[in-house]
Amino acid sequence: MIELILAERCTGCGTCISICPSNVFEPSSGAVPMIVRQEDCQTCFLCELYCETDALYVHPDATGHVPSPDTLTPPGDYRRDSGWGSWLKTPVTATSTGAWAMYSHAQENPLEEQL
Amino acid sequence: MNQKALPHALHDHAADLVVLGGGLSGCWAALTAARSGAKVSLFEKGYCGTSGVAAPAGPGHWWVPPLPGAREDAVAARLSKAKGLGDGQWMHRIIERTWQNLPDIGRYYAYEPDDDNRIRLNALRGPEYLNALRRYCLAMGVTIFDHSPVLSLLRDSTGRVAGAFGAHLQGTQGLYRARANAVILASGGCAFQSRLLGAANNTGDGHFMAAELGAQFSGMEFSSIFSVVPKNTTMSRSMIYSFARYFDTHGREIAPDAQGQASLGLAEALAAGPVYCDLSRVPQDIRAQLPLISPNVMLPFRRQGIDPFKDRFEIDLVGEGTIRGVGGIKLAGPNCESGLEGLFATGDIASREAVTGPISGGGAVNAAWALASGCLAAEAALSTDRRTPRRLDLPGRAKPKTSAAFSSESHRAIRTGVQREMLDASRQLSRRASHLKRSLTTLDTLWSQSAPSPADASLQNLKRDRETQAMLAVARWCTSSALERTESLGMHRRADEPELKEPVKPYHVLSGGLNEVRSWREEAFS
Repeated sequence: MIELILAERCTGCGTCISICPSNVFEPSSGAVPMIVRQEDCQTCFLCELYCETDALYVHPDATGHVPSPDTLTPPGDYRRDSGWGSWLKTPVTATSTGAWAMYSHAQENPLEEQL
Repeated sequence: MNQKALPHALHDHAADLVVLGGGLSGCWAALTAARSGAKVSLFEKGYCGTSGVAAPAGPGHWWVPPLPGAREDAVAARLSKAKGLGDGQWMHRIIERTWQNLPDIGRYYAYEPDDDNRIRLNALRGPEYLNALRRYCLAMGVTIFDHSPVLSLLRDSTGRVAGAFGAHLQGTQGLYRARANAVILASGGCAFQSRLLGAANNTGDGHFMAAELGAQFSGMEFSSIFSVVPKNTTMSRSMIYSFARYFDTHGREIAPDAQGQASLGLAEALAAGPVYCDLSRVPQDIRAQLPLISPNVMLPFRRQGIDPFKDRFEIDLVGEGTIRGVGGIKLAGPNCESGLEGLFATGDIASREAVTGPISGGGAVNAAWALASGCLAAEAALSTDRRTPRRLDLPGRAKPKTSAAFSSESHRAIRTGVQREMLDASRQLSRRASHLKRSLTTLDTLWSQSAPSPADASLQNLKRDRETQAMLAVARWCTSSALERTESLGMHRRADEPELKEPVKPYHVLSGGLNEVRSWREEAFS
């Protein structure tokens, strides 16, 4: 379940509030959103993917609240391994021009690409 | 409808086509309609882009090139497993549609070359794919309403389905009434809020609303697939488990999964005590590629200090319900007509027996079905309207039915009750008439305990109550259908009536009804 929004990293952009499929967050008067329906969290980790500053941490246990230690900082590994957002240009998932060129080729020659 | 009588603000929306559900199928339906110039509104319970089972997964698609004989072979292979419930024409149609339309997302999706530097157009990462579909929808002019669960369907004075009624949970909160010339129901299957990855919103709301208007279901007995997850987690992505071995606490090995489906032996061992998984046989190259192919699979391990390739770790089984199962709304026509005028059903909410037979279409076939059924229904929905270009009004009569509501204790009790019946793997994987009858009685009792909704229920509670009722309704159709099919077939295993030696004439089990649940047989014509 969602366990942590790290205030030092959170920019208050509100993306997690919008993209959470379970509507777990709500805006607060401060910048950092509140986790108001933690038990509704479906532990899909997608909020981590969408958080540009790696401010969120989802614990893999979906059966109940697992308090995170004070020292914990969200690892951002889902975003990194996915090559998402600011990781897009890293070698892990370099896609840019090469991929696009190949895609155009595949469109022109769908059979060749698929065999 | 008298707005003053409602405790919440009422917002009105109008479109040519309303799509309910923003997963794979709903997105393909919406963008197909919008591309041909229709005004489309899409309503999603969560967020279109992260909601549903495809978003956190990695959907492949049934992908067969139009080479001489290739598709005929693929269809023949699938038909031979379909036990007389399949339909070769449908299979050909979804293969062709997928082949034609899937590359359209290339404008919004950054493909990654594989090891041989080839682009695989059909194997996509869920988060990126759904995000691409969202952006594609928006670019085509689709209006997306996120966090806007539907509470009921609306009909016009002629009885035709002409819109939907629901709640906006974010932004300008309140109830909404959306009118349209046609409605596409793409709200997904139902997994009874097991911990199946991404399935928490898949509570059968659309099934329930359609049943309120008299829709029928087919194949609901095919709802008994279970998947392995690391204990207490949701990570049900199954690829690495094809290399798994399982052991009980005494170190005795347990029979492995049967192709993509947890075995009864595994379920029974888990009912008796902890079961440990050993992934030491996963080849090195797959270990190395895993974070790239399925970036979320390692998260639960890494965050719990488990090296899954060295350490044995405890597992659970999670129910897949009708998601990797097969049953759903019985389609009444070749373009996903629901049998109710103005309403179409696509993706996992529709019965997929025609393309899967009684076994799971998990992954490739289901994704192709979601895409193709969405596209076909969108086109049919628009052409229907051109034939009947009349103005659609929503008269006072098109009121939503009052939804039943429960106190939070009874709400929780009902959900727990449904899950106890539907998510017990060892019982679902070896069904018996005696158990099924007892289940049905329990579920019927829960149904009779539902009470009318208080007028001042919060929007959150209106949604939650609807979900609870919907799961209960789906559970009853599944159980009733499982009783009706007395022999084992495909994923439906009857311990008391094993596979028939003499094949009976293939038949579908149909079901429906809310206060009185019914199921009956209909001969299959394939």
